[in-house]
Amino acid sequence: MVTATAHSPLREFTAGFARDRIAVAAFVALCLILFAAIFAPFVSPQNPYDLAQLDIMDSKAAPGTKAGAGFTFWLGSDDQGRDMTSAILYGLRISLGVGVASTLAALALGMAIGLASAYAGGWLDNLIMRLVDLQLSFPSILIALILLAVVGQGVDKIVIALIAVQWAYYARTVRGAALVERRKEYVDAARVMAFSNLRIVFRHILPNVLPAMIVVATVQVAHAIALEATLSFLGLGMPITSPSLGLLISNGFAHLLSGRYWISFFPGVALLVTIVAINLVGDRLRDVLNPRLQSHYGI
Amino acid sequence: MLTFAFRRLLQSVVVLFIMSALVFAGVYAVGNPIDILINPQADQAEIAAATAALGLDLPLWRQYWNFIAGAFAGDLGKSFSANVPAVKLIFERMPATLELALAAMVIAIAFGIPLGLWAGLKPDSIPGRLIMAGSILGFSLPTFWVGLMLIMLFSVWLGWLPPTGRGQTVMVLGVPVSFFTWDGLQHLFMPALNLALFKLSLLIRLTRAGTREALSQDYVRLARAKGLSMARVVRVHVLKNIMIPIVTVTGLEFGSLIAFAIVTETIFAWPGMGKLLIDSINVLDRPVVVAYLLIIVLLFVVINFLVDLAYTALDPRVRISGRSA
Repeated sequence: MVTATAHSPLREFTAGFARDRIAVAAFVALCLILFAAIFAPFVSPQNPYDLAQLDIMDSKAAPGTKAGAGFTFWLGSDDQGRDMTSAILYGLRISLGVGVASTLAALALGMAIGLASAYAGGWLDNLIMRLVDLQLSFPSILIALILLAVVGQGVDKIVIALIAVQWAYYARTVRGAALVERRKEYVDAARVMAFSNLRIVFRHILPNVLPAMIVVATVQVAHAIALEATLSFLGLGMPITSPSLGLLISNGFAHLLSGRYWISFFPGVALLVTIVAINLVGDRLRDVLNPRLQSHYGI
Repeated sequence: MLTFAFRRLLQSVVVLFIMSALVFAGVYAVGNPIDILINPQADQAEIAAATAALGLDLPLWRQYWNFIAGAFAGDLGKSFSANVPAVKLIFERMPATLELALAAMVIAIAFGIPLGLWAGLKPDSIPGRLIMAGSILGFSLPTFWVGLMLIMLFSVWLGWLPPTGRGQTVMVLGVPVSFFTWDGLQHLFMPALNLALFKLSLLIRLTRAGTREALSQDYVRLARAKGLSMARVVRVHVLKNIMIPIVTVTGLEFGSLIAFAIVTETIFAWPGMGKLLIDSINVLDRPVVVAYLLIIVLLFVVINFLVDLAYTALDPRVRISGRSA
């Protein structure tokens, strides 16, 4: 089908994205989640970590109970009398922050190593790629566990672990893409102009592989968030002072057997919705931006 | 084939050595186990005696040397807290983990392949769409949270299944197994289902993608034109051809099942080696952590090696390209 009007790339992209209604819904959900996470202090009924605002008389309230302070525990409260809605919004902040920060850092690191590897070639390329193969042959949770067993706990430690888990994947992807780009004519042209290798890699090849890498990174944010939540649940992730969604779920575990499901249930739902929304948006981005790019198992 | 196997084996040994050094050097950096093990009221002399008894006063390279020499003799040190050989502790726990992983794999295969076939044969039908939506959900659900919700549903609300622990076992060839008692199966069901969920989603997608690809091939159309029944075409022509990727992935994923069992075992208090690892990390029981990691690395190297061999045996194309390389 031929359309008469000419479109800017951005409009074409937006139209392509909007053709999938589920992806649009996911995008809207993701925007709402991001908004709620960023503005958590303004939208949540209480500051869940200000002890002065907590009332022990409100502890373990079922969803829908009125709090002593006047507002309603729509999602119940935990054993400290903390409003779960507020705790989830603050937790989302931490989970998203850790997920996005670690993914961006891993992306930068992985791309630098991958590009260097592609450009250097020879034994260095071989060594780096063997290392990448080695790391990717182990599940990410195992690598993260080993690292956390070594370096201990803390926000910085878990970010380091998440970076270490992710970099190899980006390095391999960007290397593959860079090797394809290297054979193209514009790189030959740049070389004829006697530009330095460094300039060719960063000014010519990098901008051309970046869109594909951003798509990969979007989906990886969801993995990072899920992994962080799992590690926090195991007690090896976030410290008690930065309660992410995983830690909230873990806290609720103790009350599960007495039937107080809401302390674990709702943070899990928030986690699930976030992960699904990111995955759907990422999948759609991939389809629109780069139909050739495939997921892990080629499906 | 033999050269390939030998080269691959050599690679595996190198990987094992690198990993052992990394793991040892890494775990050595964790805190000082003496602080945790010894009575806080102990004086300097007692602390020094305990340090020497555990070999912690030697330089790092000597400790590694002792460790490697011991590893070849099957001795990876004594657990600081239980005071029994770490390897013995892990091997005691291993059957429980393997049983869990095996049960999860059986569930994933028994449901994943038929559901994937269905979704692949009828991709636009309502069940086909539902199966795919379910598998997308299965990919996104955080495993540990699903575990909690399973306990909530089956143990707290319905009261059908015990929430934690391993049930009654029967000794089979000197190994405790829970497959043969009702109590054992009851305890096994939830953790196995929890662990299986992710692999189930993966197998559904793999089978579906493979089936759809195979259906568009000429040999399937020929078989249909020949007048063969759809059932026979699926069984003989489609299934046989999609088995190669499925066998490979299933093999590779078995290792990751054992790794992910760490999470499931922690939720369901399943007495496997994953739970042992988490407990040991929490009390800084260094020899157990190192032994666990080494055993799991060994397991992975062996699995990857076997899968590579199986792949080469199953798919002649790999053999030919391997020979020319």
